[in-house]
Amino acid sequence: MLSKVAKFDEMGGVDGATRIPYEKLAKWLTSVEPEFLASRRAQAELLFRRIGITFAVYGSQEATERLIPFDILPRIIARAEWAQLEKGLIQRVKALNLFLADLYGPGEILKAGVVPSELVYRNPAFRPEMAGRRVPHDIFVHIAGIDIIRTDDDGFYVLEDNARTPSGVSYMLENREVMMRLLPDLFAQHRVAPIENYPDQLLATLRSAAPRGAGADPVSVLLTPGQYNSAFYEHSFLADKLGIELVEGRDLFVKDDIVYMRTTEGPRRVDVIYRRLDDDFLDPLAFRPDSALGVAGLMGAYHAGNVTLANAVGTGVADDKAIYTYMPEVIRFYLGEEPLLKNVPTWRCREKEALAYVLDHLGELVVKEVNGSGGYGMLVGPHATKAQIAEFAAKLADDPTNFIAQPTLALSTCPVSVASGVAPRHVDLRPFVLYGPNGASVVPGGLTRVAMKENSLVVNSSQGGGTKDTWIIDDAPLARV
Amino acid sequence: MLSRTADNLFWLARYMERADFLARILQASRRLATLPRAYGGVETEWESALLSSGAAPAFHAAGLTVDEANVTQFLAFSPDNPSSIRNCIELARINARAVRTALTVEMWEAINGAFLELEAFERASRSAEEVTRFLDFVKQVSAAYDGGAHRTMLRNDAYWFSRVGLYLERADNTARLLDVKYHVLLPETEAVGGSLDYFQWTAILRAVSAHTAYHWVYRDSLKPWLVADLLILRPEMPRSLIACYESVVQNLDRLGKSHGKQGPAQRHARAVFGQLEHATIESVFHNGLHDFIQSFIADNHRLGTLVSEQYLF
Repeated sequence: MLSKVAKFDEMGGVDGATRIPYEKLAKWLTSVEPEFLASRRAQAELLFRRIGITFAVYGSQEATERLIPFDILPRIIARAEWAQLEKGLIQRVKALNLFLADLYGPGEILKAGVVPSELVYRNPAFRPEMAGRRVPHDIFVHIAGIDIIRTDDDGFYVLEDNARTPSGVSYMLENREVMMRLLPDLFAQHRVAPIENYPDQLLATLRSAAPRGAGADPVSVLLTPGQYNSAFYEHSFLADKLGIELVEGRDLFVKDDIVYMRTTEGPRRVDVIYRRLDDDFLDPLAFRPDSALGVAGLMGAYHAGNVTLANAVGTGVADDKAIYTYMPEVIRFYLGEEPLLKNVPTWRCREKEALAYVLDHLGELVVKEVNGSGGYGMLVGPHATKAQIAEFAAKLADDPTNFIAQPTLALSTCPVSVASGVAPRHVDLRPFVLYGPNGASVVPGGLTRVAMKENSLVVNSSQGGGTKDTWIIDDAPLARV
Repeated sequence: MLSRTADNLFWLARYMERADFLARILQASRRLATLPRAYGGVETEWESALLSSGAAPAFHAAGLTVDEANVTQFLAFSPDNPSSIRNCIELARINARAVRTALTVEMWEAINGAFLELEAFERASRSAEEVTRFLDFVKQVSAAYDGGAHRTMLRNDAYWFSRVGLYLERADNTARLLDVKYHVLLPETEAVGGSLDYFQWTAILRAVSAHTAYHWVYRDSLKPWLVADLLILRPEMPRSLIACYESVVQNLDRLGKSHGKQGPAQRHARAVFGQLEHATIESVFHNGLHDFIQSFIADNHRLGTLVSEQYLF
């Protein structure tokens, strides 16, 4: 049982002895004064505010723009550990793509009874508009963010797949820049895998995903909901790094099933849209008619094969919590391989035996609503009162298909620089996977999210979570020699 | 480039320039207002500050009395005045955020930094000292933004659009200043040195940072028609109408060349520039200074519309 595992710190392990990848950092930490760390923390905040790396918070009047707290100590992963993770990530994204092409195509996995069809067809993220349609190069998920947690030396688990419009990559890139400016000495002591080529790889992926008729020099754009979106900073940052236009829905129009953007020199044809806009808002003619953010007729152009949307429409069906539990089977079904990355063990309450087990063990499990997010509709057994558990048991018995249950996980911790000194805080990791007709790549590292509050497991930025720079380092053997 | 981006850059430059102009108007008015009454039309100074800034109708609609505190608050800080300095900076930042990819880091940091500091100024007292600091701050921000653009932007349509916006706005500001003050510049007001109007002329010159320049250009004591000449027809004076139009024409021309065609905007700008080039200050006075300025303001406004129609569809 995961919940019985002792607490694992990525620097101190389970017994407090410094793990090898962290040796230099641990030594460095003993050599610097607390005032030095405090001054660097202040400097980091100033840098982020000056550059304007903020995110918008909905419904908060006094501050519509906030900083995501940045922790100045790196999270370190050895190359050998990373290599395993990387293979597993690529395998998973490959399977996600085959899965989606199958769901909107022949539906073999449903016919084989591996995944129940009602989980797909009655899923709100399933897009009937896409049924029977093929997308350019049969690729649905060009950019994936796979959330990973760690529980011990070799225990990496996938917590969640993000196959819609995963965000956070700009923080990954900016964190590195700020880190190199703040702590150049510490940085120079390590050989850290570079991540600055991510924008180039992303651009290459987008270009390679263009429709076959697009010609040798396809035009890509980044479609944003606009500056009031919480991730607008990231949208403008990426468009700038990619050297592509940052467009809003009103900058595009469709004529004769071809997408154009309005430029000062007249209409210009668009081949690839890296869209950071949800399916629902893409095209008021096909989806929500009240959407002012989309482009009328876009789905027509998409179906005509004249434009690539990255990611494709309808990918959400593959990343919800109910489908997640089937991912190991999905990987076996399409790739004939064993999954390299573990899922967090999950009980599907729709299954009779699982439900019985969950009802018996509510006090030690986390029970989640299949379509819930952001911590709503959730029971955290160990923190719940008897009355809450009883109430939840009734809900569960009433509609078991709507719930899954997982053990309460002992998320790993990392050292974090806080006001009182250096203290462990829980972390997770979101690596970013790019997938195109020419293959897959994973940027070494990803975004480490930190629960800045003591003992908190919530890493979401909307709830006070922060971020760290993530170093994949080359020169650390895993075992002492 | 995207039409929306061009539009944003155009207005961004205008807002920054307008904030700068408002700060200058306020500074000049404050200086004039400290003079003993016998030296000038001090009573009307705050009213004319409102008129030059185009904010008079909104000010009176709000039912405020015209005095230093109210006018300063309204022009500098009021959230209710759509073109207060505070709102100009906020609008500039909104536009800048929307087109961040088209700005260089220096330009963005100038605007973003100003926006962050604005909060502190808003909270601070309205003491004369604080207001002085604020107005200097606004001029510095505008200079930093302008300098950042000049030094770091690629010379492509993003640059040309923002320059066209800047010079259109500057021409408009100078013209409005002249429009409000034209009566003190008319030849019949010529009186012996030290007339009551003398301080009005210096105020006009200070508002466009030309008090020293005047003496270098004319090597003469202040003469109202020469003040008008300096602000309208002297190409070496950077805020004169002709200097603004020289730059408007130049930037529109580069835009036209890079797009491979000249349009109504270029033709109109050249026509306005041509009129200024061929005018003399005598002919301007002969035909009526007020009419001349009114028709310039209309022409300048028309150019803004033409640029929109031609490029920002």
